[in-house]
Amino acid sequence: MGHLTAEEMKPVYILNDNIITSLGFSTAENISAIEHDTIGIRSVNDPLLSPNPVMISAVNQDELNTKFAEVLLTVKKNVPPESFTRLEKMFIVSIHDALKGQEITPGNARTLFVISTTKGNVDLLENRYQAVFSHKRLYLWELGRIIQQFFGFSNPPVIISNACISGVVAMMTAYRYLGSGGYDHAVVTGGDLASEFVISGFQSFQALSPAPCKPFDINRTGLSLGEGCGTMVLSVKPNESAGINIRVTGAATSNDANHISGPSRTGEELSMAISEAMKQADLTPANISYIAAHGTATPFNDEMESKAIELSGLIHVPVNSLKGYWGHTLGAAGMIESVAAIAAMKKNILFRSAGFETPGVPVPLNVISEHHAAEVKSCLKTASGFGGCNAAIIYQKD
Amino acid sequence: MADAMLPSYIRKINMDQIITSYCRIRDNEVIVNDRLIFYQENIVKFAEVLKSVYIQEQIIYPKFYKMDTISKLGFLATELVLKEKVLEGYRPGAVGVVLSNSSSSLDTDIAHNETIKDRSSYFPSPSVFVYTLPNIVIGEICIRHKIKGENVFLISEAFNGKMLFCYVDELFTNERVDACLCGWVEVLGNKYNAMVALVENNRPMQGTPAGFKPLLFNIENLNLIMTRN
Amino acid sequence: MEELIEKLKKEVIEQLNLEDINPDDINPDSPLFGEGLGLDSIDALELIVLLEKNYGIKIEDPKDGKKIFHSIRTMAEYITEHKK
Repeated sequence: MGHLTAEEMKPVYILNDNIITSLGFSTAENISAIEHDTIGIRSVNDPLLSPNPVMISAVNQDELNTKFAEVLLTVKKNVPPESFTRLEKMFIVSIHDALKGQEITPGNARTLFVISTTKGNVDLLENRYQAVFSHKRLYLWELGRIIQQFFGFSNPPVIISNACISGVVAMMTAYRYLGSGGYDHAVVTGGDLASEFVISGFQSFQALSPAPCKPFDINRTGLSLGEGCGTMVLSVKPNESAGINIRVTGAATSNDANHISGPSRTGEELSMAISEAMKQADLTPANISYIAAHGTATPFNDEMESKAIELSGLIHVPVNSLKGYWGHTLGAAGMIESVAAIAAMKKNILFRSAGFETPGVPVPLNVISEHHAAEVKSCLKTASGFGGCNAAIIYQKD
Repeated sequence: MADAMLPSYIRKINMDQIITSYCRIRDNEVIVNDRLIFYQENIVKFAEVLKSVYIQEQIIYPKFYKMDTISKLGFLATELVLKEKVLEGYRPGAVGVVLSNSSSSLDTDIAHNETIKDRSSYFPSPSVFVYTLPNIVIGEICIRHKIKGENVFLISEAFNGKMLFCYVDELFTNERVDACLCGWVEVLGNKYNAMVALVENNRPMQGTPAGFKPLLFNIENLNLIMTRN
Repeated sequence: MEELIEKLKKEVIEQLNLEDINPDDINPDSPLFGEGLGLDSIDALELIVLLEKNYGIKIEDPKDGKKIFHSIRTMAEYITEHKK
């Protein structure tokens, strides 16, 4: 058998990262906003997005254009900025920032490129873009090709589109391909938009909260949509000059095999993924410092997640969902929230789960109610999505 | 065709897995394990092909009618694969599903967009919207066959045997699966093309469908199944 | 009422893609959810869309759906009462 033992697997280090959300255009900006309890979810009254006002966390359009123009100047690319879609700009600004100061070259054949997105440039279906961009741009591989070309990646991207676990799956894919020796470095990025398309769909599901979402709270009434992009740069070699090095040490997915839109009633399947990830990382429940949960704030998701956490023996572990700050960013969520979890590990801070006041899940979870200092040696990040999919990944300090 | 990526070198020639059953659906014809089981010259509508095959194969699963076309296509192909080679003796968590296509769920995205593009008749439909993710077909397959293992949906411009092989090979190498359904399920308008293959560890006692010589699981054979007439 | 019931049966079959079911198979007094037609949570949301689209009736609280969508007859009664 070709099974690689833990010793044979190459270590996979996180060298640098970026987050773009309504709260800012870098990891530092986003984390600082969270430390100051800034909530990025606001009521938006834009008839192009929704017939009625809707609560979303939207990336500032003007600032995005400014950042994108700066990137074009820096890389000396003489291309019209308006020839890129909103999501492409986000991806490019995010990847550019994450690659800053890194020795990783996209053109190297041993650099892997992974993209996660659920809907890509789906906004191009809207009437206002019909005459501006070609229909081809709706294909996720075309979106991937544009980003690949911009940075000159020698490898076409592996494109993951697996509902709301896409971001975690993208990280898992890079972890496996680097771990098995197929590549030396990876750029992993995830992005999605809060478009008219997804807003209308979640409205038809009656799944949107009239106020900023309240994960794990008794008064939670649904999710808040968000948009953004998260990027990580990975390598099989640590950053020698960094004080703290963080590695990916385990990851798995599972499927509920229960319902295409309703989560498992038992949490058993998410727990399977969690247990497998912990097994790969060689960690017991006592060694997990923090759970960065999916926490969408829909009644059933949070309930299922709490059961899965209990089944995995982790109810004592401090847990939060960051969706109360920047909403549910869909295919970007796993990336953005992983970057934030890694920032928390580096800073040894556990962030308050915004929107949480009164426990509201069947299992008494240790939901973080105030920002506080703590030794964060390891983090479990989970995600679940439509199609019954679940994912878990583990980050650990060296 | 987008050039294949993935491990710039492949660690080993994997001799441990075999394709024990496969199904391919395209051009009004259905092939299961090298046998043509359905062909209709005159069908012009893809939806009719799906329904005819469903009825011919005497499948009873009322939820089939509620699925979008990509889910129907992937569901039917998997149904036919597993009719010939029953999934037996596996833990639900040891069976994986890895599917891919070119246009994601664009076919159903367009249907959802039709329900919202006109503000005077803005009626987004939850039963359409729920299918606007490519991995829903995986969910449908998992529900039907009680599969709970690794699952992912990958996108590439055209069928990419190398990409598919590398992902699935990694799952076997890391012992994440003992069996895995993998393939290509593409639908856009009236254009469709599907291939689903069952890959299993090569165990001595394993039975294979009558008259079908199992194929080694490798890139060449995946490409062969995709192109075989 | 009987006319509306027959019309509703056809609309429900179409809206919920119950291709294998004929209007005559549906007893207007039998429960729509649970065993009967095998409907699920997405179907319940879809019925809310049906009422709004075909009859201009908006159900603000999905929880009310349970009573309204008990059977074809309760749906017909609700429509008769609330139709604008």
